[in-house]
Amino acid sequence: MSEIFNFADYGQLLALVHNSIAAGAVLGLVGGLISVFVMMRDMPFAVHSISELSFAGASGALLFGANVVLGSLTGSILAALVIGLLGTRARDRNSAIGVLMPFGLGLGVLFLALYKGRSANKFGLLTGQIVAVDTPQLSWLLVTSAIVLVGLVVVWRPLAFASTDPEQAAARGVPVAALSTVFMVLLGLTVAMSVQIVGALLVLSVVCTPAAAAMRVTASPVLVTLLSVVFAVGSVVGGILLALGSTIPISPYVTTISFLIYVACRIIGRKGPLLTKSAAQGTLVNGTG
Amino acid sequence: MLELVDAGLAYGPRQLWSGLSLRVEPGEFVAVLGANGSGKTSLVRAILGLQRLSEGTVRVTDGIGYVPQQRRIEPLTPLRARDVVGQGLDGHRWGLGRSADRNARIGAALEAVDAAELADRPVGLLSGGEQQRVRVAQALVAGPRLLLCDEPLLSLDLRSQRTVTALVDRRRREAGTAVVFVTHEINPVLPYVDSVLYLAGGRFRVGTVEDVFTSATLTELYGVPVEVVTAGGRILVAGIPQAHHE
Repeated sequence: MSEIFNFADYGQLLALVHNSIAAGAVLGLVGGLISVFVMMRDMPFAVHSISELSFAGASGALLFGANVVLGSLTGSILAALVIGLLGTRARDRNSAIGVLMPFGLGLGVLFLALYKGRSANKFGLLTGQIVAVDTPQLSWLLVTSAIVLVGLVVVWRPLAFASTDPEQAAARGVPVAALSTVFMVLLGLTVAMSVQIVGALLVLSVVCTPAAAAMRVTASPVLVTLLSVVFAVGSVVGGILLALGSTIPISPYVTTISFLIYVACRIIGRKGPLLTKSAAQGTLVNGTG
Repeated sequence: MLELVDAGLAYGPRQLWSGLSLRVEPGEFVAVLGANGSGKTSLVRAILGLQRLSEGTVRVTDGIGYVPQQRRIEPLTPLRARDVVGQGLDGHRWGLGRSADRNARIGAALEAVDAAELADRPVGLLSGGEQQRVRVAQALVAGPRLLLCDEPLLSLDLRSQRTVTALVDRRRREAGTAVVFVTHEINPVLPYVDSVLYLAGGRFRVGTVEDVFTSATLTELYGVPVEVVTAGGRILVAGIPQAHHE
């Protein structure tokens, strides 16, 4: 155990990785918010496919000596747009995704096989490398997050309407198809950020699990959003803090915390969502019991 | 409220209907009936501005309340009844601003469909009838001048059917809201209907229930012998050819 955990120089370590913790917190915030829509729109499968294409983009950039973050962004936004364009209906979408996913992963593996650089770089893209967040990378992350956050604030309400009741939303003049494209771009940006930190294979733990867990315990949209952000920030930052004192990479910590939160929420909400009043309206009551 | 003049709709070579003229006045209750594939839903989409007419014009008031076909809402949808109603009020607006009287208006709309006690319940866990009442509240909350209902009774039990139609009728009497009510079954709305638009086989007929629901009229519309019988305050129609599905 002592080989895995060593918290002796924890204070000093913490000072070294404040960039990573900031990155984790920002990613948690954005991931927690976007995951609400990933669940509303039933898109976890799409997220996974986008992250594989993002991985292909990043490994391509690594091979050709380009900016890895930019490569990752390119891959994920292209994938998001293709999925958005090909699949308005869930059935079409899923087959398009099933076709894209192995292609992306295969492309990524090819680029990595050709890459002669440090092998830690290769592994990091798949399974995360938070401890290595440097200042330029953090700037990329902050700019991308800011774009996603502003975008979400503007489209939040009509997007939620279009995601939960597209027919009625269209009848009220909401541009459902255009919003879907906007959402895919925001999702692509978020996935690209997540790939940088938790790795392509584990993106869902940040971009799907938090809201999936929150929706088990409450049906209040405000509370779902708040809890989802708290869960996402908690798993990413918590995972980083635990990983600091150990030799294991960050991702197992993040995914485990995220998973445990989900299990706890399923147990708490096994009879349906309990918390039904929104936080803004005062105390929580048990509305179904 | 709603005026169709010489309206026609065709998908490629297939003409659903043409030469359709219809005026709906405030407080009027118009039922739209017809065979499957006769273009009832397309008419609704044309009124909502989601479907372009191939000929003629449609003029319609601002502020349409729309009640769609009953369709189960996913159990884990992160919305309570009050949130669904709220979407009818400001779900189409950009940004996050909310009006000060938002909660009061949502409460009043739920009250109007006798669903105040459902306000904080997760909408995905409500029964089909309860969900449809919430949808009526959603359509009413913004104070529409025209209420457009597309088969709102489909798959509801008889009691829920009565509740929903009575609520719609109450609204048009109290607020003068015009009602266009698409249904495949005339009997649930029989007590409330002012006039009927019947679509069949590319033809249509507008008139009172007594005008339209006669053996002669329906026989002419369908082009095959159709028998209309009135029994115990209910209208029974026999001999309608099996639906040619869309």
